[in-house]
Amino acid sequence: MDDKLIIGGHEFNSRFILGSGKYSLNLIEAAVKYAGAEIITLAVRRANTKEQENILDFIPKRITLLPNTSGARTAEEAVRIARLARELGCGDFVKIEIMRDSKYLLPDNQETIKATEILAKEGFVVMPYMYPDLNCARDLVNAGAAAVMPLASPIGSNKGLATKDFIQILIDEIDLPIIVDAGIGRPSQACEAMEMGAAAIMANTALATAGDLPMMAEAFRKAIEAGRKAYLSGLGRVLTRGASASDPLTGFLRD
Amino acid sequence: MENQFFVDSEYLSPEALEKKHRLETDPSSRKDPMEYLPGMEKIESDVCKNVMGHMNSYDYSKYTAKDVRTALEHETCSIEDLKALLSPAAEPFLEEMAERARLETSRHFGNTVYIFTPLYIANYCENYCVYCGFNCYNHINRMKLNMEQIESEMKIIAESGMEEILILTGESRAQSDVEYIGEACKLARKYFRMVGLEIYPVNTDEYRYLHECGADYVTVFQETYDIEKYETLHLMGHKRVWPYRFDAQERALMGGMRGVAFSALLGLSDFRKDALASALHVYYLQRKYPYAEMSLSCPRLRPIINNDKINPLDVHERQLCQILCAYRIFLPFVGITVSSRESAEFRNGIVKIAATKVSAGVSTGIGDHETKYSGKESGGEQGDEQFEINDSRSLDKMYKDIANEGLQPVLNDYLYV
Repeated sequence: MDDKLIIGGHEFNSRFILGSGKYSLNLIEAAVKYAGAEIITLAVRRANTKEQENILDFIPKRITLLPNTSGARTAEEAVRIARLARELGCGDFVKIEIMRDSKYLLPDNQETIKATEILAKEGFVVMPYMYPDLNCARDLVNAGAAAVMPLASPIGSNKGLATKDFIQILIDEIDLPIIVDAGIGRPSQACEAMEMGAAAIMANTALATAGDLPMMAEAFRKAIEAGRKAYLSGLGRVLTRGASASDPLTGFLRD
Repeated sequence: MENQFFVDSEYLSPEALEKKHRLETDPSSRKDPMEYLPGMEKIESDVCKNVMGHMNSYDYSKYTAKDVRTALEHETCSIEDLKALLSPAAEPFLEEMAERARLETSRHFGNTVYIFTPLYIANYCENYCVYCGFNCYNHINRMKLNMEQIESEMKIIAESGMEEILILTGESRAQSDVEYIGEACKLARKYFRMVGLEIYPVNTDEYRYLHECGADYVTVFQETYDIEKYETLHLMGHKRVWPYRFDAQERALMGGMRGVAFSALLGLSDFRKDALASALHVYYLQRKYPYAEMSLSCPRLRPIINNDKINPLDVHERQLCQILCAYRIFLPFVGITVSSRESAEFRNGIVKIAATKVSAGVSTGIGDHETKYSGKESGGEQGDEQFEINDSRSLDKMYKDIANEGLQPVLNDYLYV
């Protein structure tokens, strides 16, 4: 079955995206090899190094780089970081992350909409990280976003789908890929989000803090595939809106 | 037991000695530490009131093992929990605290450890702080690097691979004014990705100027939050003004700096109260400036030139570790820096639990990086050190040691925007 993930006209087979939080070279290797990642996030500020071990050198060339704007506190700063990423040769994809909070690292939706509008006009494939709010998601669509990336729970918390109901609303109402980002701590949670109809999962901490990296990477790949298949096979049509009465309520109707 | 801080230098004139002795023995000869000097900016803030309220009423002897257990069971550590974790009752729980701290550190920082180095560009000082090697009555080689010398030092450091630098001066506006420090920041921007400052506290507009010159982080140590004790240790100079120093981080943030760092100098006063106040200083300022990045240090007293007896008294490594674990559990998102005041063994251990940043290739002297990095005598003059360091590992060695611990050394994770 042909089931591609399409973001801004680009096609991907994998629905696992590696986040940038806790980077290590082993993590990148495991994500590509065992989780099948085709997109890897890269914090521009972390690539801003002369270090012998620059992460950029360790990401295989066939992988699509998704530079993020972490460190930005305003739309203006995010725009500057995105342009810098382009200059560094990171391509046209950009994940917008704007935080005005250093404690929980929650995204600032308003500033994110502003930055999305500017960068989409400049030809970037814009993937905004956001707090799952339907109005904001609609504004992001209008601003030219290529996907919408709602958070499942606070970043790094491994708490899973704390915002489940609101993500479901985005999946139901928004005609762009909804990629669940932040907070996914277990393969079962990734699977659940995929069953709901999420287009892809972004994770980092869950893998980075696993005992056996390659094994956990593989577990995520399988969970995401399972969830996707369940969604495509029509899960959710089976009695999700309440139980069926054995005697139909409308059984008295005669003509 | 107390530290014996007073040392008379034979180089002081009879008049200077007399003034020094008067300051040391007659409290009425000293200025009011709460009174601002001309030119010092006063800002409106309730942070100080909140911090001091908690510190002054903190009776750590009333906490029990039960309070500590409860604190460790809570998912979010409250101020009351922090007080329990800093109390003597928590000492038997050090291993549990370390486990919890490690979990929080890995959740927020993964396995990364940042590396930086300090660069002292001048050691002139107008203050008489009795425990400090730079104090104006201590007879040491004084020196201030010119721009050419600063650039030469920066080149040597940059060639070692370092990407983050912390520029320090003694506290003398006359010798090292804000423009001088600003020029040093502009040079540093050429050689380093990240430039921090640890200088005398300045006004908001001056912090703004220094930010425009390229600095983005400001470290100010309060030394001790106990005002009565502070008054007996900082006998003369602008540093004596306690509240102006307390508000320095807030002025730095108002001036546009991305981040600020805090600390008490452990061993000067009651360390449990000082640790509580340091953590709450961060906590309340973070609530007011949620976008700011914050970090804590944990220096303990060290010997200085002309007084090798100075030590951190009752703050042993176990207590230091307890404080750092409590900081981490209460403030999971803040950076924790452990400097070369501590031994290699302690630093190797603590980066696995709570610390996220260490210094390497350290000199606390002036203009001696060539000698220290290459072993060559530079022939040029050098200024004496602020304190004796305890871990002299080079960047290369530190990088390898961190990697060997299964952690990931990081030289830069920062962008000036």
